[in-house]
Amino acid sequence: MSATTAGTSAGTTTGITVARRRGPSGWLRDPWRKPRFLQALTLGYLAWSILPVLIAILLSFNAGRSNSSLQTLGLRWWIDDPDQQALFQDPVLRRAILQTYLLSFITMLLAVPLGVSFAIGLDRWRGRLASTANFGMILTFVLPEIIIGIAMLSVVTYLFTFIRLGTLAQVMGLVTFQISYPVIIVRARLLSIGKEYEEAGMDLGASPRQSVRRVLLPLLYPAILASFAIVFADTVDDFVTVTYLSGPADSQPLSTFIYVTARASATPAVNAAATLMLVSTTLVITLGYLAFKRLTRGQEGGDVTSFSQL
Amino acid sequence: MERRVGGVQRRVSDAAAPISEPSRRERRRTERDLQRSQGAWYPRWFWPTFAIPGIGWLLLFFVLPFYTIIAVAFGTIDLFRKPVPIWQPWYWTVKYFGDVGTTLFGDNAYLQPTVLRTFVYVGLASAICLVAGYAVAYYTARYAGKYRTLILIALISPFWISYLMRMVAWQNLLAGDGYVNVILQKLQVISDPYPWLEGKSATVILGLVYGYIPYMILPLFGFLDRIQTSLLEAGRDLGASPGRTFWRVTLPLSKPAIYAGLVIVSLPMFGDYYTNNLLSTSPRTSMIGNIIDSTVRESPRGSVLVLMLMVLLIVPMLYYLRSTINAQESR
Repeated sequence: MSATTAGTSAGTTTGITVARRRGPSGWLRDPWRKPRFLQALTLGYLAWSILPVLIAILLSFNAGRSNSSLQTLGLRWWIDDPDQQALFQDPVLRRAILQTYLLSFITMLLAVPLGVSFAIGLDRWRGRLASTANFGMILTFVLPEIIIGIAMLSVVTYLFTFIRLGTLAQVMGLVTFQISYPVIIVRARLLSIGKEYEEAGMDLGASPRQSVRRVLLPLLYPAILASFAIVFADTVDDFVTVTYLSGPADSQPLSTFIYVTARASATPAVNAAATLMLVSTTLVITLGYLAFKRLTRGQEGGDVTSFSQL
Repeated sequence: MERRVGGVQRRVSDAAAPISEPSRRERRRTERDLQRSQGAWYPRWFWPTFAIPGIGWLLLFFVLPFYTIIAVAFGTIDLFRKPVPIWQPWYWTVKYFGDVGTTLFGDNAYLQPTVLRTFVYVGLASAICLVAGYAVAYYTARYAGKYRTLILIALISPFWISYLMRMVAWQNLLAGDGYVNVILQKLQVISDPYPWLEGKSATVILGLVYGYIPYMILPLFGFLDRIQTSLLEAGRDLGASPGRTFWRVTLPLSKPAIYAGLVIVSLPMFGDYYTNNLLSTSPRTSMIGNIIDSTVRESPRGSVLVLMLMVLLIVPMLYYLRSTINAQESR
């Protein structure tokens, strides 16, 4: 923030001392001219990046059959389709909505505790094995998702044949893919809080276990909370792993439904489904951000910028 | 095991020459004694216990699955042409590597165009991401002023708007009767609706850029935001024009962020198959990811391609891994 204000204020105060030339060459040479081109480009980018999504949301309220041109507004594809194909009417879609939230919830409950504990362990336990484990963990973060999806599909098909494709396999794949988020977020936080608080706790007579539970863990709450929000939102949006590992139709979440039908036989119900996903993730991220802000009140790094750096 | 033997030998030599460095084990022991005397002492197994569930999970659900891909790639097929993995490395066959090799380089190299196309698409899309993303990140970091938070939220928003929705949005816009065609027809640029979604390279590249550019902007922004203005002022004081200051100071400084951004966007693009499936479906625009996606269930060739993709991506991946690990250690 300070960098930006310094830059602009320098422009307005010292700019007066420089003799400004008129005309296009003067404009070009004026070192404090407003970056109009960049501004236009940024605004253009923002419009380009957000407008299509807004239009897609709007099209979900189309009363006609098309999801490319709006006829009249209505809730037909949400609740009120004569052929029972609306998002909240079609039994397949209702099952898909449930499956989406079920998967996200289970994944969140598994991945975050695993990841937090993993992060604490990796951060404090120095050694070759720890750095190898860290390497493997980050590899899941770096690999294109198709590779994780195929790896899980292969292992379920050829080795863990007792696991059927479906919810269980999906959760396994999702947790593997998501575990790196809490680890990275929590490790960043661990690094910024240092070891002093725990050592103080232990000087005051806490056992190692108590120092973790009563000192370290409360200090990690903001990071843990952010992880919950991010893992939940990211799982709602996931479709690669989930689609590879979905079995019969009843294990297909919304994202798979969208992926499969978007090209073949798209109605505004697809847009409605995508909008519902968007609303859920926005809600979760907003809640996570507000709670994060509350928990880090008065501490350095509680603003939007630091949340985004997560 | 060898290391331990070395340690023992070293200790024997320590007795002969008492001035030499203490061994690792001794150093660790003195460190532990020091910690114990200061009050903050943990049993040796204490921290590893925290990591064990995670390590177990990764072994079971990441290392083993990955080994399965290898076993399938070096494996064979049964009577019904279904892939059969071979678990023991000493029975591995490279037959399907040869198969894939001939489709890539032989006389009947029908996969070659796809691979080349993938490189062209990923290269173009990453370049567009870099140029446009750099401009946006630069503006937000330096000039956004009071709108900064707002712009930042807008820049982050694609992270929780699913990739699917963003592709569906373009599907809606680019459809035959979609708004892009309507506007272009109103402006008399085209007379008939242009079939954007019928296997057009431009559409797929647009989709890739649209999908991945946020991943380029954020690291660039994070980096540009931290460049000290004093450095730029020094450049200006020494007589460089704004353009020259940018070229000689800002740009060289942001090199690591540029590399990181390029790696972050190009890695998933190489494994991308869904952008194509959603915005084109034509084999004229298919990429490596599409071939993998369509063959992996039927033939060991899909797994071979996955391994080849891994080898192809190993350098950028290691770069990304190293920078992530460095960031973990010093932030």
